[in-house]
Amino acid sequence: MRIVVCIKQVPATHDASIDPETKRIVREGVKAILNPFDTYAVEEGVLLRERLGGEVVVLSMGPPKAEAVLREAVSQGADRAVLLSHRAFGGSDTWATSYALACAIRTLGGADLVICGKQAVDGDTAQVGPGIAAHLGWPQATHVMQIRSANPGSIVAVRMHEDGYDVCELSLPVVITVVKDINQPRIPTLRSSLASRKINIPVWTPDMIAADTARIGLDGSPTRVVKTEPPPPRQNASCRIEGPPAVCAAALVRELRIRNLV
Amino acid sequence: MRLNTADERETFQHVWVVAEVLSGRVQSVTHELIGAARALADLRRCDVWVIVLGSGLAGQTDSLIACGCDTVVVVDDPALATFNDEAAARTLVQLIAKYRPEIVLCGATTCGRALIPRVAVLAECGLTADCTGLAIDPDNGDLLQTRPAFGGNILATIRSSHHRPQLATVRPRVMKALDPDPRRLGRVIREPLTPDPSDALKRVIEVFHSTETAVNLGDARFIIAGGRGLKGAAGFDLLRQLATRVGGAVGASRAAVDAGWIPYAYQVGQTGQTVQSTVYMACGISGQIQHLVGMQSCDLIIALDKDCDTPMMQIADIAIVGDLFEIVPELIRQIPEP
Repeated sequence: MRIVVCIKQVPATHDASIDPETKRIVREGVKAILNPFDTYAVEEGVLLRERLGGEVVVLSMGPPKAEAVLREAVSQGADRAVLLSHRAFGGSDTWATSYALACAIRTLGGADLVICGKQAVDGDTAQVGPGIAAHLGWPQATHVMQIRSANPGSIVAVRMHEDGYDVCELSLPVVITVVKDINQPRIPTLRSSLASRKINIPVWTPDMIAADTARIGLDGSPTRVVKTEPPPPRQNASCRIEGPPAVCAAALVRELRIRNLV
Repeated sequence: MRLNTADERETFQHVWVVAEVLSGRVQSVTHELIGAARALADLRRCDVWVIVLGSGLAGQTDSLIACGCDTVVVVDDPALATFNDEAAARTLVQLIAKYRPEIVLCGATTCGRALIPRVAVLAECGLTADCTGLAIDPDNGDLLQTRPAFGGNILATIRSSHHRPQLATVRPRVMKALDPDPRRLGRVIREPLTPDPSDALKRVIEVFHSTETAVNLGDARFIIAGGRGLKGAAGFDLLRQLATRVGGAVGASRAAVDAGWIPYAYQVGQTGQTVQSTVYMACGISGQIQHLVGMQSCDLIIALDKDCDTPMMQIADIAIVGDLFEIVPELIRQIPEP
């Protein structure tokens, strides 16, 4: 079984601070990490390989430094890694990104299963997973919280919904996106960490994946960001309530009543 | 699809809303989106259409028309009884090719966010997720889509000038539904579902609806969330009582979920859900950055903690200093039953 896990390098937020003026997070100078949801995708791929045999290939598109997250995924148990990196990929929106990843999956010789994290924590779109499925013409299951069973021809996946869950049986090949609840990612061993440092990561360019250059990068992206700005500062004047419990509660109830909230 | 000439734009007309249907019932986010679509359609001097894909939909079109829709397209088929991404996406792509809408809006729900990216790829058009603002460019009629990125730290405005239709998803409770006018008139078109051999590749074999609607954080107006300060699962019982009083839902920080006090479905934050409720009341949540990015766009933030120096207490609009085990029972006592 060939399992391809698509991962992304994103800015870390855990070492960021809050601007006291705007009350917003200061993102300048933060480190780059593996998208948190993708660690669950990698772990699920490795778990399935351990049960069913085959290989786990991790795939990412990004600048050369994105190689770091591929090595991290290899230390977590992936067998090999491929990086899509070239100036022509730059500025890709989710349409063009999912197209390039789908081309790369075809170049790998296809896959039985493609696993993505639910969404990347920088863009927050959750569009690339279903996009890959559409480009490949495969079925999909998003927000997967459990793979109940898997065999070389099909999987049974549990999808999380707002009001519960459903269970679907899917013929392979298929694309799934996973949520945090699906597993507990393992801690890399010293040995796997060392091995991941030595592994050779091929860098693929658009011509190597037979990508139509009109469909990648900024030119291949239907959407265009025309403006970015900080959000308006919070309008509410801050207030602090202190005192005995009954007084605090009464003060809050009054605030809520003023706003018609209770 | 990609536009070859500027004149081709004019061949795309009307603002569509893809209805959110759960268990055969049209959900309230649909009416909110009709409200947003109406405003855009009035600017573009065109109609609002609602596309309803599901099974057993009889009797649900009137409220859509009353809320501002002109044309309802109904695809009522047993194959759509459960959420079927592939068949729904294929049907929408067919309808888009047939009727050529200019704009398509869809709820940013688990179903919408699975369905619409598939449509965007197959119909070759641009898609913007989680829009908080939609406007029309007065110069050329493009849809200007504003969305938060990087956990709400940046507002990005996005357009798709060379492709039609323009696709956008919007979270529940961001747009406002219009007051229904039962005298409004509209028409209903029925369209068939075209079966496809690929339908055999996926089968929903079990559906479970939680009786506890409280998990539906995306839809909640009032969220009472708890963290490490709750000290255990019993603390959430207290929050549930308060949530019932205010007609709200219970949420949790990652710490509380990881401690096993409450299931993951309740987690707010970077690896849980991003929420945009009217009120977010954080009880005993220190407010790590990963949590803040999931809730900082809520309208009114209330924090309750013994320690007034936590990040949550700093960003809160109302910060209550005290013991939540004393203050929450007081709130339950003072707020009348709904």
